[in-house]
Amino acid sequence: MDLFVEKKILTVSQLTNLIREVLEENFEHLWVEGDVSNLAMPSSGHLYFTLKDSGATIRCVMFRAAAKALKFRLADGLRIVLRGRVSVYDQRGDYQLIADYLEPQGLGALQLAFQQLKERLAKEGLFAEARKKAIPLLPQTVGIITSPTGAAIHDILNVIGRRHADLRIIIYPVRVQGEGAAAEIATALYDMNSLGEAEVIILARGGGSIEDLWSFNEEVVARAIAASKIPVISAVGHEIDITIADLAADLRAPTPSAAAELVVNSKLQMSADCAALERRLLQAMQRQMATALSTLEILKLSLKNPELLIERFLQRIDDLQQRSTAALAAQLQTGRQRIAAAGDALFYKSPLLRINSTLELMHNLSLRSSAAIRARLEVAGNSFAVNAGRLESLSPLAVLARGYAVARTLPDRHHVRRVEQLSPGDRVELHFIDGTATCAVRSIKAAETI
Amino acid sequence: MAAEKFEISLKKLEEAVKKLESGELSLEESLKVFEEGVTHSAICSRKLNEAQKKVELLLKQKDGNFTREEFLSTNDK
Repeated sequence: MDLFVEKKILTVSQLTNLIREVLEENFEHLWVEGDVSNLAMPSSGHLYFTLKDSGATIRCVMFRAAAKALKFRLADGLRIVLRGRVSVYDQRGDYQLIADYLEPQGLGALQLAFQQLKERLAKEGLFAEARKKAIPLLPQTVGIITSPTGAAIHDILNVIGRRHADLRIIIYPVRVQGEGAAAEIATALYDMNSLGEAEVIILARGGGSIEDLWSFNEEVVARAIAASKIPVISAVGHEIDITIADLAADLRAPTPSAAAELVVNSKLQMSADCAALERRLLQAMQRQMATALSTLEILKLSLKNPELLIERFLQRIDDLQQRSTAALAAQLQTGRQRIAAAGDALFYKSPLLRINSTLELMHNLSLRSSAAIRARLEVAGNSFAVNAGRLESLSPLAVLARGYAVARTLPDRHHVRRVEQLSPGDRVELHFIDGTATCAVRSIKAAETI
Repeated sequence: MAAEKFEISLKKLEEAVKKLESGELSLEESLKVFEEGVTHSAICSRKLNEAQKKVELLLKQKDGNFTREEFLSTNDK
């Protein structure tokens, strides 16, 4: 207000300085919440972005020192809470927020960092199953990367001691938490590989908070595990804690003790497996031998007594013969039946039948005709008898029978009808009904009148 | 690596057992396979007994070389 009254004229710089003083004095320690946008990360290492909500935006900067301390990566769209102060960028006349700390809202910064690194490495294929190396069946030298004073090494050695497993163990001592621990772990992995004595490496740490376990979520560790030619078993924290190291490892054991069990059991298992295989080998060979022996026995027996074999063959031949005879008979029977059937069929179609019936017909006809003839003859016979009777009545014999005689000349036997035919002295023959009499004519006397 | 040889021998032993158990071999072949199996079985047991219990602590020197010393954990004491 004083400025208006006194009519004092300011330069732009003076005004800007005044504004900055006002702003910096009044907005010194602020917590601001908003969404990140327009993020720029130039090579200087500073971070530039805009923080906004639905109604307003404000430009923000985070200088390199503060930005390097961030565990997670800032990204557009992320909702964050930042701590900072308001200041003015003189050259442009912009006011801006200078952030000295920020964290993602909702998730903790470490969780977000974990998720981001996990996604990034997964996309790179660092956790792919195909990359995982097989854990050797019988490791004789085991490398352990862990703290020499921690619970993990104690647990591991305990398990191995309890199982009396003969193993060579090389411990590579490292710090497992705090600044620089991740780099130490990574170096240990590289060193173990260049030494090349261990056949498997156990990377172990006892349980702790997410901050305690953080070294195992660092990219350098993940990369060192992925680069290891020796298979790596991770055993970090408790079963529920999954770290980036676990994901990158060839095998994850839920705890350090479990990792030791894996290695020890593998050896004990192998020992048992080998013993079992040896037993099976022996048994199979014994069986084979037993089979061979019994085959030999059988062969020997049949060698001793070929008759048995021959008898068996003979029996077989008999059997075959019987069966073939039976088969043949059956076939013949069938043939016969077919022939009979055909004969029957033929008979019913045979001309003989027709001949027979024709003969019968003829016979009938002849019977009929002879009957007819007989009838006719009978009729004829009857008329003959009548006629014969009549004839008989006309016969000279009948006249003779009635007592008349017939005279015939001798020797020529002419029928004498008239007396004039005769002369005295002639001889005549008289025929009676019952014989003849020869007579001489003595005299003739003609009848006077008749 | 010794472990690799162990694994090869184990595999050959397994193969020999499987072949022999199949019962498809002639007696002569069986004897050959059996002999191989016994050889590999011997290699396996040798490997199993080769390792000796020993716990060493690896210490890196300033010059980058390593020295070793026996490691005594608290439960050994």
